[in-house]
Amino acid sequence: MIIPAEYYLVLSAVLFFIGVFGFFTRRNLVSLLISTELMLNAVDINFAVFNAYCYDHLEGYIFTLFGIGIAAAETAVAIAIIINVYRNMKTIHIKNLRELKD
Amino acid sequence: MNYLEFLLMRPEISLLSIFVIIFLFDLMATGRYRRIFHGIVCLLMLAHTYICMTGSAEEITLFGGMYYNNPMLSFMKAMLTCGSILVILQANRWLRSASTYYKQGEFYILMLSTLIGMYFMLSARHFLLLFIGIELASLPLACLVAFDKYRHHSAEAGIKYILSSMFSSAVMLYGISFLYGSCGTLYFSDMATILSGSPIHIFALVMFFAGLGFKISLVPFHLWTADSYQGAPTVVTAYLSVISKGAAVFTLFIVLTKVFANMIVEWQAIIYILTIASITIANLFAIKQHDIKRFMAFSSISQAGYIMLAVINGTAHGMTAMVFYILVYIVANLAVFGVIESIEHQCTDGVKREDFNGFYRSNPRLAFLMTLALFSLAGIPPFAGFFSKFFVFMSAFDAGFMILVFIALINTVISLYYYLLIVKAMFINQNDNPIKPIKCDLFTRISLTFCLLGIVFLGICSFVYINIDKLSF
Repeated sequence: MIIPAEYYLVLSAVLFFIGVFGFFTRRNLVSLLISTELMLNAVDINFAVFNAYCYDHLEGYIFTLFGIGIAAAETAVAIAIIINVYRNMKTIHIKNLRELKD
Repeated sequence: MNYLEFLLMRPEISLLSIFVIIFLFDLMATGRYRRIFHGIVCLLMLAHTYICMTGSAEEITLFGGMYYNNPMLSFMKAMLTCGSILVILQANRWLRSASTYYKQGEFYILMLSTLIGMYFMLSARHFLLLFIGIELASLPLACLVAFDKYRHHSAEAGIKYILSSMFSSAVMLYGISFLYGSCGTLYFSDMATILSGSPIHIFALVMFFAGLGFKISLVPFHLWTADSYQGAPTVVTAYLSVISKGAAVFTLFIVLTKVFANMIVEWQAIIYILTIASITIANLFAIKQHDIKRFMAFSSISQAGYIMLAVINGTAHGMTAMVFYILVYIVANLAVFGVIESIEHQCTDGVKREDFNGFYRSNPRLAFLMTLALFSLAGIPPFAGFFSKFFVFMSAFDAGFMILVFIALINTVISLYYYLLIVKAMFINQNDNPIKPIKCDLFTRISLTFCLLGIVFLGICSFVYINIDKLSF
């Protein structure tokens, strides 16, 4: 039995909006990072599913691979900056990131 | 696959070779060679601009339609490169300070990689290349924003930039995935024929807007702008506000006209709302800012709104107006940031508007330049900014958006008010201990001179506009 494509799309939509929700409600920089990762992974699922169910070329899979790679690069940079924030402020809680204000 | 095709990508290849040269130089040069590093980089970039300008006289399509270049795109690339040279020239004093001197090479390398990313954004005719270009342009930029490692403002600005960048690129990718799902291709040319404006396409279009709207910092996506601009090193703020924004606007225009050409009614409606929101909200917020970099952030959001007036036209005329506007915006904004950069080290806690009190008494030349730049940004007649605003309004008017033009005109008056507040501070307000007289170094002087020439002559010399008009497609 083949799982219908819609199930995967619902899964990716749910993942994506969990990510969006997390991005706006979480108060810790690492959690924010995880939320954006969830969103990017939802996109990867979308591409793979569309390719697997609808088309017989490889464009979607290739896009997924690049998406994973670039997401990893983004995470690396973000983690580096978060470590820098921690070194400067001794916390990564978002309520302490209020220095820049008029 | 024909590997000789790589050699036809002249701007990218030449920029990449500069990248390698700088990398090796940074690795090996010691002692007195390091002192001429800055000059060498500027000369290399100048040579690269020449290659860019003279490169392709005809249209080039490579890799099965993934990459496209024509004279107009070469001109845009050259423009972005010239802007980067002006920024690098201004960076001299900052790069020589004790806290950044040892990572001077990294600054150039990161900057050049963002520039390559912007080239790919412009030349991409496939969503994969576009996505890689956008990421290549925004990831090193995050590193640049967080470049002052031991200033916590810089780190805070960096984290805000990178998280919003990731968020918006995820939203954009979600949109692209639905475009792919409904069209079965990622090539711009194939997709343009299939798109019809069904609900899923509109959904994808809106999602797609979020990604580039973030980079242009249009209003619903502008929340990172003020903080990142204020916290980043001034040179990087200048780079963010003109080059990164300019490249994103070009890309947005190209994607909207090449991919979403059939859905012109839908994206014009989106731009209509975003433009009004950007100009009005940014203007109202700019009035109450005291930190000058924060003030310039809101000013740049409202300028982005004005650029959107050209994008909404969507024809070759719109493109001409847009390119001309960005050209003028680059010189005017970089002049302001050049002045801020040169007085910054005298102000302990960021440059405030009050710091400009009595600036004319101590530094008449810089005050004069700053005045001209602010007049140009506000759009006062003899300067280039007036002409660029005029062409932008004309192109929106041609497309039939009279109310939009009217609202933008009213906002010009508001913007005049806050730009003139600084001019008033410089010339009229009294101050017992104004900023001490500054002696700019040679590089900054060259950069400011070019900005001044641009502000004065770009508008009056009509051949600039006519030449852009000939190239636009």
